[in-house]
Amino acid sequence: MSDAQTQIPVTVLTGYLGAGKTTLLNRILSENHGRRYAVIVNEFGEIGIDNDLIVESDEEIYEMNNGCVCCTVRGDLIRVVEGLMKRPGRFDAIVVETTGLADPVPVAQTFFMDDDVRTKTKLDAVVALVDAKHLPLRLKDSKEAEDQIAFADVVVLNKTDLVTPDELDKVEATIRAINPAAKIHRTQRSGVALDQVLDRGAFDLSRALENDPHFLDAHDHDHDHHDHDHHDHDGHDHHHHHDHASDIHDVTVKSVSLHGGEMDPKKFFPWIEKVTQMEGPNILRLKGIIALKGDEDRYVLQGVHMILEGDHQRPWKDGEKHESRLVFIGRDLDAERLRKSFEACQAA
Amino acid sequence: MPTVAPLDLEGHCVAAVFLGDVPHFALADGAIHRLDNGQKTTQANDGLLAAFHDAANDRLITGGEDGKVFAVKAGGEVTELASAGKKWITSVAAGPQGAVAYATGKTAFVRFADGKIKEFTHPRSVEGLAFSPKGMRFGVARYNGATLHFPAAEGKPVELEWAGAHTGISFSPDGAFIVTTMQENALHGWKLADGKHMRMSGYPGKVKSLSWSVKGKWLASSGAPAAIIWPFQAKDGPMGKAPLELGTRGNSMVTCVACHPSQDVVAIGYEDGMVIAARFADAKEVLLRRPGKGSITAMMWDKEERRILFGSAAGDCGVIDITA
Repeated sequence: MSDAQTQIPVTVLTGYLGAGKTTLLNRILSENHGRRYAVIVNEFGEIGIDNDLIVESDEEIYEMNNGCVCCTVRGDLIRVVEGLMKRPGRFDAIVVETTGLADPVPVAQTFFMDDDVRTKTKLDAVVALVDAKHLPLRLKDSKEAEDQIAFADVVVLNKTDLVTPDELDKVEATIRAINPAAKIHRTQRSGVALDQVLDRGAFDLSRALENDPHFLDAHDHDHDHHDHDHHDHDGHDHHHHHDHASDIHDVTVKSVSLHGGEMDPKKFFPWIEKVTQMEGPNILRLKGIIALKGDEDRYVLQGVHMILEGDHQRPWKDGEKHESRLVFIGRDLDAERLRKSFEACQAA
Repeated sequence: MPTVAPLDLEGHCVAAVFLGDVPHFALADGAIHRLDNGQKTTQANDGLLAAFHDAANDRLITGGEDGKVFAVKAGGEVTELASAGKKWITSVAAGPQGAVAYATGKTAFVRFADGKIKEFTHPRSVEGLAFSPKGMRFGVARYNGATLHFPAAEGKPVELEWAGAHTGISFSPDGAFIVTTMQENALHGWKLADGKHMRMSGYPGKVKSLSWSVKGKWLASSGAPAAIIWPFQAKDGPMGKAPLELGTRGNSMVTCVACHPSQDVVAIGYEDGMVIAARFADAKEVLLRRPGKGSITAMMWDKEERRILFGSAAGDCGVIDITA
């Protein structure tokens, strides 16, 4: 039976032309890491490796006919994944490379909305490659560059050798301002350790948020991140200056980080349902760890637009504070209203 | 009691067909296995994605990951019909006068019997292909509708519009209707004479298997815990009528349907590998095969109406003899 087979993890690689996607793909395909990857690309183009498992596919964005404006999927991916999965055993994981201008949302939603794809594969993480030198320019002239960062679980800040340390800090602060929950890796020539981009389990509710220090701190809107040596970026000792972010970029994506105590499940679930229904088109990502009153387990949540997934993750540890955190990344979010209505869901 | 002669193969069965009265099973790895005084194997595509039974020419047309189109004939003769480069061939169909259609990305090709190839490009990907039973005409399922081409003539194609992604296409045996499967859990149809729409929805799952009954009176479909059989006897098709639901089970979805060649009976294959036959008139059911390892992906009746071939996603295939 099909449900007996394990779900193949899928990594989505976004990033502008020249950000280093091809270099990273070549490393994934050629390095000796003991795993076999099927790679779905838009054009065979510059991947100089001959491999049966590189599949060229024309990006096809299909709007679902269910009246939901944000329900889009990549029709071509459904077909290719279905084809690949007719011969499982040839590969251990799939990497999807998107075009420079691609909207990452339909790609991600494909793995939640199509039943066949969903039973056979699972989205592992969305990785955005960013060119340290050209990002400020990209952010000025396109909404997609911002979306790609906002939507990412991992941001590979590449070509750091082309900018000064000051410029680099500023670029990183900009990324952090757009997406406080992403992991950021500073690299040159796409030299990030592959285990930092592959097999991340970012959409896996049982693993999600477990190793995500930024997320856990994100409630602190003063962004006082000076004590974060435990997740330093490959040895770079640096500070975040979030207040300086906007001088390179007028951020249109913002994050709203909510922080509360134990929640009343009878209030919280209807609230989050309503928020994702009403605000879905504006929400790019949401992630949360929720303490439910009277529940021994942590409840973890994640969402893409109107798609919401939640599950019990693990028991609260002894001495662990039972508190709830929820981060929305999106546009035109009414932070005050979200905060007030979230806090109103707290158990008495 | 029906008997099952099992054939345990390795891999996903894409098509199970009788060629020259011999059972042939086409697997996703491109191997074509046949039961011809013992099990024999030939190789078609390196990665077989699509297959179409060309009944008129007693052959199986295949397309695959290698960008090639093959014709497989009884006895294991494999002929390359076309090659479209490095891109996957995602859909194939056979039509009148030995014509074959195949698609890669946004382009559909028609290869005529003399080897001449004509190209038809579309603004969006070609998701499905089917020839009309009458005249040299073929249909393309695409995003937001279907396109009808007349490959033997010059001139504009006919566009049939309906919002949503259409993934597969089939003409009724009399050529009066076109039905598409959709990315949503629904079928859509057009009456070709006047373009009238037919919405067939309410499926809990995607419809992946369609089969017209004898003379096209009914259209059987998968995508529910029962085979859904739409009546097409009336001049406006199934509109305003409820479909039959045959072989309803509480615990498994129907994944494959194949109508009997001459009677109003359908073979129904399920997700758990079970196969039954059900009669339209009284919904009477006969168990043909107990659940197996994989969901049923392919079925075909023989001309003598005696045997049914089945293939599964796990490779446990076989031949059911209903007279035994």
